[in-house]
Amino acid sequence: MPEVVVENVHKSFGALEVLKGVSLSVGRGEVFALIGRSGSGKSTLLRCMNGLEKINSGRIEIAGHALGGDAKALRKLRTDVGIVFQSYNLFPHLTVGENIMLAPRIVKDVAKPKAREVAREVLQLVGLSEKFDSYPDQLSGGQQQRVAIARSLAMRPKVMLFDEVTSALDPELTEEVLMVMEQLARDGMTMILVTHEMGFARRVATQTIFMHKGKIWERGPSATLFADPQTPELRQFVKSDVK
Amino acid sequence: MTLKTFGFDQFGFLIFSLQWTILLTVIALIGGGLLGFAVALARTAQLKPVRIAAATYIQVIQGIPVLMILFLSYYGLSLAGFELPPLVAAGASMTIYASGYLAEIWRGCIQAVPKQQWEASESLAMTRLQQYRYVILPQAIRISLPPTVGFAVQVVKNTSITSIIGFVELARAGQLINNATFQPFRVFLAVAALYFVVCYPLSQLSRLLERRLHAGSSR
Amino acid sequence: MSYTFQFGVLAQYQDQILSGICLTIKISVLSIVLGCAAGIVLSSIRSIWGGTVRFLVDAYVEIIRNTPFLVQLFIVYFGLPGLGLRVGADTAALIGMTINLAAYSTEIIRAGIEAVHKSQIEAGEALGFTRFQIYRHVIIVPAIAKVYPALCSQFVLMMLASSICSAISTQELAASAAFIESQTYRSFEIYIAVTLIYLVLALALRAVLAVVGMWLFGRRVARRTMTALPEVQA
Repeated sequence: MPEVVVENVHKSFGALEVLKGVSLSVGRGEVFALIGRSGSGKSTLLRCMNGLEKINSGRIEIAGHALGGDAKALRKLRTDVGIVFQSYNLFPHLTVGENIMLAPRIVKDVAKPKAREVAREVLQLVGLSEKFDSYPDQLSGGQQQRVAIARSLAMRPKVMLFDEVTSALDPELTEEVLMVMEQLARDGMTMILVTHEMGFARRVATQTIFMHKGKIWERGPSATLFADPQTPELRQFVKSDVK
Repeated sequence: MTLKTFGFDQFGFLIFSLQWTILLTVIALIGGGLLGFAVALARTAQLKPVRIAAATYIQVIQGIPVLMILFLSYYGLSLAGFELPPLVAAGASMTIYASGYLAEIWRGCIQAVPKQQWEASESLAMTRLQQYRYVILPQAIRISLPPTVGFAVQVVKNTSITSIIGFVELARAGQLINNATFQPFRVFLAVAALYFVVCYPLSQLSRLLERRLHAGSSR
Repeated sequence: MSYTFQFGVLAQYQDQILSGICLTIKISVLSIVLGCAAGIVLSSIRSIWGGTVRFLVDAYVEIIRNTPFLVQLFIVYFGLPGLGLRVGADTAALIGMTINLAAYSTEIIRAGIEAVHKSQIEAGEALGFTRFQIYRHVIIVPAIAKVYPALCSQFVLMMLASSICSAISTQELAASAAFIESQTYRSFEIYIAVTLIYLVLALALRAVLAVVGMWLFGRRVARRTMTALPEVQA
């Protein structure tokens, strides 16, 4: 049974239709990369998957939860679905450790010593054990993003969503974040990522989806999709990326 | 009173009355703070009717003179059959006045917290209450300190209006002494000086906090 | 509560109410014009000269902003005669309001002036403007446009605070209310009615100021004027 099912999803902002009937299905442990120009609807699709945007029609099921229930059902879904944003969005008034422990403590009622243990473990996973007591503004962008990943992981999610997580970073900082994500993929996490890092998508994603004008324009195993684009739009897109 | 000139005793009376000014300010800030906080939350609520009701409350309070709030509470309360000491009417009106302004100041502070903080905490499965409690308010409070202290200065000054219904705070004490001594210039300068001694440090503190907020980190 | 509201009684006193409204508008408009003009002058001279002049202007601003308007009125109305200057209640109200508003305007415009970038002044110099032209077109006009909404909020607050002048027997709207109350004892009706009149006056003044803002600075400033709220920072 797939971990994520998206079926004929439509989404409009006012008169502007940004998703025009999108369907996909992601198996457990798979890594999907969503690529496309800005405005193609890829970020919106990702944000629909954890209910940050409400869909107008269609069906989304993720980690065994159907979207569209009440607030409580949505919270239940979100405990199983992590998301990481382009702008990190760490809580600036809390230390790294507190950032990570907060949600497990108050949402899942994890006892403090246990939460601390989990926090240390996920911080080690992203290679920032020594930053437990630092504040976010004392960290580089790349470090902040790794903490944001750790914060999501502390909830023990079944699916992780990544929304252009390296777009705000310098190239050398991008690399350290991508390495963490690659490690996660190897460990078997189900991941969907919106990205501009074509090399990363090609190397790590099992499937790549090219979105164009609110539709899935082309999809396939990453290796073949990049090597042999079928549509002129994707050809153009891949070419313009290789600068 | 048989005071003849403005001397040491009279100044002592002013100092004594200053306590009532300060007490009234504290009442206004606590009462107005609680009420204003509720209105600020209502102003940022998800339900539109609640938001509109809160916005209307703020607009009305900020669109009428403090003196009218005072008269309405004074006569309104006695109309309801309460024979109340001026302190209660004064405290009630200052509370209502402060709530209308604090609500708006704090609404601004809550909305100054970036929208992404709401999204991030929401995505971590927090309830709305938890979002406020652990993520939004701690950041909003930091932002709110300079304008709140600045507003406290306005409250201190506006408590003087309660002298008009006969509440004996600093300004009223000045009037009483003046009635007995007929040395208005000296008396009211002394009164003004005492207000200044209370207000100026608060103004400076507000500025200091403002500078620190902009200079410091977002923590 | 067995109280029955009788708003009808107010009709007999519409002359008092109207004359109160007129005086409130009169002293408010005059003090706004004079106070704002003084604010422009004071903030300008404090930014042009430094030293003692600036210190004196700043001291004036701080003293006024850190003492109650009511006490300032008392000093003008009761205190000045002791120095040989006898003023009527209306004049005292106007003087008090102008002095008060001048200080706030100075402070608000000062903030606007300080927000003008050096590079714009240099650009003005590069274009061969005279110093006066630079001051007028590059500094003071943009500064006022920037803080116009905050200024307007202060004007509205001043209009509302003019009610305090009733304490020195200026016969403006709040004093009219007190007079009618003393004649009829229908306190609650009168103060509700007068409060509503103030609310309408506040909204009307804001609308007028927005129109003036549109005429002086364009649509964007006007829109901010309608939604701006009083400055509360000290």
